[in-house]
Amino acid sequence: MAFLAKRAAILVATILVASFVIFAAMYMAPGKPIGALTGGRSVSPQALEALEQRYRLNEPFLSQYGHWLSNAIRGDLGVSIATKQDVSELIVERAGITLSLVLYAAVLIVVIGIGLGLLAGLRPGWVDTSVVVASSAAAAVPAFLSAIVLTLIFAVTLSWLPALGAGEGVVDRFVHLTLPAISLALSSIAVVARVTRTSIREESRKEHVQTAVSRGLPRRAVIIRHVLRNAAIPITTVTGITIASLIAVSAVVESAFSLNGLGQYLIVSSSSKDLAVVQGISLVLVLAFVLLNVVVDLAYAVLDPRVRLGAKAT
Amino acid sequence: MTGSQPGTPFGVARPTSSASGPPLVEVDSLSVSIQVDGSARSILRNVSLTIGRGEALALVGESGSGKSMTAKAIDRLLPAGARQTGSISFDGQDVAKMTGAALRSYRADVAMIFQDPRVAINPVRSIGDFMTEVLRTNTRVRSRVAADRAVKMLARVGIADGQRRLEQYPHELSGGLLQRVMIASSLLTEPRLLLADEPTTALDVSTQAEVIEILNDLRRELGLAVLFITHDLELARTFCDRTAVMYAGEIVEVGDSSAVQEAPLHPYSAGLAAARPRVDRRLARLEAIPGRPLSAVEAPDDACSFAPRCVHRVNECDEGHPELRPLGLGMVRCIRAGGTALTEKDVNHEAHR
Repeated sequence: MAFLAKRAAILVATILVASFVIFAAMYMAPGKPIGALTGGRSVSPQALEALEQRYRLNEPFLSQYGHWLSNAIRGDLGVSIATKQDVSELIVERAGITLSLVLYAAVLIVVIGIGLGLLAGLRPGWVDTSVVVASSAAAAVPAFLSAIVLTLIFAVTLSWLPALGAGEGVVDRFVHLTLPAISLALSSIAVVARVTRTSIREESRKEHVQTAVSRGLPRRAVIIRHVLRNAAIPITTVTGITIASLIAVSAVVESAFSLNGLGQYLIVSSSSKDLAVVQGISLVLVLAFVLLNVVVDLAYAVLDPRVRLGAKAT
Repeated sequence: MTGSQPGTPFGVARPTSSASGPPLVEVDSLSVSIQVDGSARSILRNVSLTIGRGEALALVGESGSGKSMTAKAIDRLLPAGARQTGSISFDGQDVAKMTGAALRSYRADVAMIFQDPRVAINPVRSIGDFMTEVLRTNTRVRSRVAADRAVKMLARVGIADGQRRLEQYPHELSGGLLQRVMIASSLLTEPRLLLADEPTTALDVSTQAEVIEILNDLRRELGLAVLFITHDLELARTFCDRTAVMYAGEIVEVGDSSAVQEAPLHPYSAGLAAARPRVDRRLARLEAIPGRPLSAVEAPDDACSFAPRCVHRVNECDEGHPELRPLGLGMVRCIRAGGTALTEKDVNHEAHR
């Protein structure tokens, strides 16, 4: 319980700091939001004053932040300057696509990444070598490049999969998100495969594994209960953090495949100085990232009794 | 003074408990090499030893002398790629030919205790899980029964609150307590041979004595044969009937434990005996064997391996590899042994010149 309470406190603190950084960064960014509001037209001083009042642009920084934060806690992220729509609603509309994209990629990473890593870790020889070579190459490919290459091959040349849009309905959505999910997951699959392989190799060399062998346990039991069980700790941690980092990379992939998700909307709003939207999306993304990390921490505690009991790992 | 030492218990070999019939373990001309960067590196050279039923044999030597490798070879735990010649037999069975279930039941018959229990026990599994795992997996004993047996065995190694301990994790126990857990769990499969690889080296001094006492009591109660690996001749004497001294991957002396400590035949054993701090004598300084230990790889095949560090070296020492030959009641691999006095005093004297 103490562990959970501590984690929760850290979570709240992280989000508070992040919200402040997000707000301050937008405040200090060049360009005035008033420009976006007026669209560059000349406006009467009275109208300007009214706008400033409405968006609290003339108040001191801390007061602006305070208002924004207290509203955000109640779920009110303000109104988009460009469309005059409620930011929370805009985010909810688009969150689905980002969520399904990241989830899809996460499944690919877990199944293919960990699967290949297990294979390579337990089967030295050509299987291992192939996985190592392939993952070295894949790990070096950034998402924007894999997006272009995958589109060229599977959408343009082979016409197997659609390259644009998110599709309607479950099956169509699944088909449409396949290429984006692969390009989002590719380098992470490689990273996770390598970490999985290395963890298994390292764990196999541990003395306690030798103890298990020396006691006459069958190989299967030794591998499952000692090698894989212990290797699961680093594998889970790295996989979790890698998936959390996809939240940021998803913006690139959404743009490349014209997916109307949070990431793409963040980019569009940033360039049009739509303050409230940028702040809102950033806050949601940070929240998701931090929450995922908490999940990783909890998984870590479940897997490793030394963390759970607050002892120092030796 | 001459070769056989007066006033030592050389002639009064202590009764080796139930050592009757053929020995339990027979290691015959065992050589082991491993592949390093494509070339074979020798680790053990022509090691022969026997352990009788219920007998305790100490294997003494510096780090890298091949003590642990000998134990690993007996338990078939040599690293992948190791090459082995010679034979090991257990109760008449050729260990090298065992496979599958036979090998697993052999390993249950031969329990191994490791130097540092903190790394030898899986840190993320509970003590109960660790202790009962073999029983549950290999002999299909029900969990409850296995746990009961574990608690009883913990009581025998002096852990009273066994039930509570079973639910704890290794990092919650001290090193000494954990080593007792290791001992208790190794005995759960009712082994006939215990391979103890420096079981007290990683423990603090007061705990060491406790662990040794427990091991000693249990081995006598259960009639266990023990291969006790240590670098401490004194410890070897308190615990073991016979002592074998290893140097550079081969056995250089075998004999009654007290004889090896008090009247060593080989200059290296004499050096080891002199290197131990004594409470009953004042020494100007603690003796150390000059030079550094040789690994089996560096050891020559055509000269005595110990010659470069030996204070009794003569030209003949470099002219051929000495054989292990009987001398008095022991065996020694030294051409000068028996002809020269190798008492501690002489070694001290020579080393000080």
